[in-house]
Amino acid sequence: MNWEPKIAGFLCNWCSYTGADLAGTSRLQYPPNIRVIRLMCTGRMDPVFIFKAFQAGADGVLVSGCHPGDCHYQEGNFKALRRALLIKHVLKDLGVHPDRFRLIWVSASEGDRWARFAKEFTETIRGLGPLKLTRGAILESGARSQLGQAAA
Amino acid sequence: MINLTINGRTIQVQEGTTILQAAKSLQLRIPTLCFHPSLKPFGGCRLCMVESRTPRGYELTTSCNVPCAEGMVLETDTPHVREARRLVLEMMLARWPNVQVIRELADEFGVTASRFSNELRDDREDACILCLRCVRTCEELVGVCAISYEDRGMHRRVATPFDRESKDCIVCGACTYLCLTGHIKLIDDTRREKGAPLELPTGPRTSIYVKTLQSVPKVPVIDETSCIKMQTGGCGTCSSVCEPGAIDYEQKPEEVEVEVGQILLSTGFQTMDVSKLTQYGYGRLDNVFTSLEFERMLNATGPTASKVLLKNGQEPRAVGIIHCIGSRDENHHRYCSSVCCMYALKFAHLVKDRTQAAVYQFYIDIRATGKGYEEFYHRLLDEGVTMIRGKAAEVVEAGWDKRDEGILLVRCEDTLIGRFREVPVDMVVLCAAFEPQYDAGEVGRLFTVSRSPDGFFLERHPKLDPTSTMSDGIYLAGACQGPKDIPHTVAQAQGAAARILQLISRGYVEVDPFRAEIIEALCGGCRMCNNLCPYTAIEFLADKKVSKVNDALCKGCGTCVAACPAGAITGKGFTYEQIMAEIDGLFTAA
Repeated sequence: MNWEPKIAGFLCNWCSYTGADLAGTSRLQYPPNIRVIRLMCTGRMDPVFIFKAFQAGADGVLVSGCHPGDCHYQEGNFKALRRALLIKHVLKDLGVHPDRFRLIWVSASEGDRWARFAKEFTETIRGLGPLKLTRGAILESGARSQLGQAAA
Repeated sequence: MINLTINGRTIQVQEGTTILQAAKSLQLRIPTLCFHPSLKPFGGCRLCMVESRTPRGYELTTSCNVPCAEGMVLETDTPHVREARRLVLEMMLARWPNVQVIRELADEFGVTASRFSNELRDDREDACILCLRCVRTCEELVGVCAISYEDRGMHRRVATPFDRESKDCIVCGACTYLCLTGHIKLIDDTRREKGAPLELPTGPRTSIYVKTLQSVPKVPVIDETSCIKMQTGGCGTCSSVCEPGAIDYEQKPEEVEVEVGQILLSTGFQTMDVSKLTQYGYGRLDNVFTSLEFERMLNATGPTASKVLLKNGQEPRAVGIIHCIGSRDENHHRYCSSVCCMYALKFAHLVKDRTQAAVYQFYIDIRATGKGYEEFYHRLLDEGVTMIRGKAAEVVEAGWDKRDEGILLVRCEDTLIGRFREVPVDMVVLCAAFEPQYDAGEVGRLFTVSRSPDGFFLERHPKLDPTSTMSDGIYLAGACQGPKDIPHTVAQAQGAAARILQLISRGYVEVDPFRAEIIEALCGGCRMCNNLCPYTAIEFLADKKVSKVNDALCKGCGTCVAACPAGAITGKGFTYEQIMAEIDGLFTAA
């Protein structure tokens, strides 16, 4: 069975979600691997969501918000930026390749930009392969379900 | 009061009245050239001579600068006077044979040829006739003396100090206005700041002017930078002739604050600066016009009173109208400007109507989508307009031959016959692209309205909501949202107005329920959330030592929810439970 990357997308309602919607209405083709979760603002993004997503089976997480300076709620995206840097550090400690998490800026009119990033990120994750999460830094197969059970 | 007799009629005048003024009050004709009611009398042209009867016989005197005296007996039309005038005119004709004002006066007084010849003869129609009105204006009315006269006798001429550009000249144009021959010219070389395109040539104007005859409101405005009164304190003529006293030089720009609930943006568009497309020669070749300039020319209140004329004042024999200059263009704007096909057809129709010129249209496609538009296009084909399907590649000056001077060649590929063509025309009209205003970026930021990739303001939804923006209460109408013609603009504006009225008449606004709420029992009073809120919607209750969200200010962004270390804030609509459930649903199920 061919493995397809499973990617979680956390998109802010005003810019990125609308931009992705525009990509849709413009009939732009991009890989269907991204599963979108809508937030009002990337400022709502809690690092817990990212870790939970990886835990739940995502191979990659893409967070997208308004361009700096253009946040619908003024500065939410700056807070997301701070948390993203933190998340990158913690992911490394968890044994997750930092490239599996990415924060991008897509505005409401940039449907084609969203499609481009979606394509790029899917290919990046495809290159990195499926995520095997373990307790600790040692890679073991089947460990993901153990972790899932422990957290439930 | 002074009593005097002019042409046998006795009149009484106030002291200080000049003979000329007295004669004018009796409606007697006395020719003048250097005289102007706003300037001090000069007595330079010697045309205003009248005969004054004296005990010894008669004497000739100028009338413009001589005050009436008690008992004067004057005659304005005797053989002596006529002879004097003819002599003056003959001398003037000898030096300036082609100046219109002199020829008209010569005709009036029966002077057809001059017995004199003048080594300083100037054949130009706009020769300077040394009336010195310009110099006197600059000194008396403007008060800067930027020009004056130099040299003596026959060689007297009007000049700036040392013939250098005068720093004192405030470019008010008063000298050009009073010049009788058009010798002094005002050259307007202004460019707007911030990259906006050139101002339309509307001809020379005074500092106080009505912008166009269709202005709303149609009142004159004063251009501060060239108004003599505002720059130097002199003149002030306009306010002295204004009967209702409506002119106030002291007016300053005012900033007014208005509190509103909704805003409609209809800031319009600009035409592209087509001098960037150097292959079409705009700005370099004579008789290459933009569509907006040509539109102005066709207007009855325009610089040519609606005649289609080349720069040399003649009618063109052939006009080439080139579509899509800057539109549908990989190098400039990829979008179609929507209105050009139809106005280009309108131009063709009007040129055919007003002149005998042949009309050529160079197009890629004809976009005639509205009511009656296609039918109009067909009518034009019947009028004999030549339609060439092929975007014009360049416009060049014709030939090596002197006979071809002024002719422009439009080079294109006629795709319907599969051949390259060079079409000779006298005039080229470029259909310049529709562009967002030069300050659209700033305006957008001011009103938190984004722009689509083409630079026009972004509507909330391209199909279902073209009049709103992402920001509640801010609406769009017209060309600022995208290229469109008048009926579409009106429809959009009416739609936006209806939306606005809807909210006003309803009297309340529905807000979405996404808000943050702090659970008092869980709040540890760390106050981290207080400073994170961009709307300062979180206050700290000092007595309970917990934070509280102000529902009216909170916009529901969720930043505080994510930041709370105790997890004490519920982000309604986007709670932890909800989002975790979404993540679960998307992944573990698969």
